[in-house]
Amino acid sequence: MAQFDDIELVERLFLKGYPFSKYSPRPGDPVANAVTPLRKPLDQCMIALVTTAGLSLPDQPPFDVTIKMGDSSFREFPAGISPQLLEMNQRSWSFDQAGILRERNLALPLDRLKEMQQRGEIGKVAPRHYSFMGSIVGPTKLMKESAPEVARRLRGDNVDVVFLTPV
Amino acid sequence: MCNQSVGLIQRAIEYAGITTVSISLLREITEKIRPPRALFVPFPLGYPLGEPGNPELQTNVMRAAFALLSRNDCPVLETFGN
Repeated sequence: MAQFDDIELVERLFLKGYPFSKYSPRPGDPVANAVTPLRKPLDQCMIALVTTAGLSLPDQPPFDVTIKMGDSSFREFPAGISPQLLEMNQRSWSFDQAGILRERNLALPLDRLKEMQQRGEIGKVAPRHYSFMGSIVGPTKLMKESAPEVARRLRGDNVDVVFLTPV
Repeated sequence: MCNQSVGLIQRAIEYAGITTVSISLLREITEKIRPPRALFVPFPLGYPLGEPGNPELQTNVMRAAFALLSRNDCPVLETFGN
């Protein structure tokens, strides 16, 4: 089980002092308090994946680990790729990257989702999936620009359900 | 920070009219960000679906997360295996 004590001291002290409560939902904030009920059974739903593992395809620019407040951009992947093609760029030193380097499905379970579609557990794998890089200390741009842009693209693909994974 | 970023992205997607569920590796952070639906998993950071090379566990985590999709008493934060 992951706990604060697993994290390196420097990062733990940073996290302890970081104002997470600043991003707790405020009453009346339509984005933070939004709830979209599931409209149909799972075996009829189109599902997309979003991760913050910092994954990119070899022909895409890697995430910029030098941006002080964090790179809030995203990378888009077509469903047809093999997840093992994806490269990982992370500046976080707080987690063990070995698992995902061994198997990208650990963070972006595209193969698992395809298997669930084949078994009829879900309706359809969405045509496009997304990765962000997680270490975003200043998330204003993420909240105002890149996350809503990914949401618009997912809507454009008529996605019913999104499954998100941190690292 | 990843758990915060996931929660913030999740909110934007749910607000756009798509039902969402996420994995949480750090309960303390997810409890503050309060995304609509999250499944806390007892795995180390960097292992959101459990283990590499263990597709059965990965699928079981996904099934447990997907089971939360029909919940609308948000924020929902359940623990894998309970």
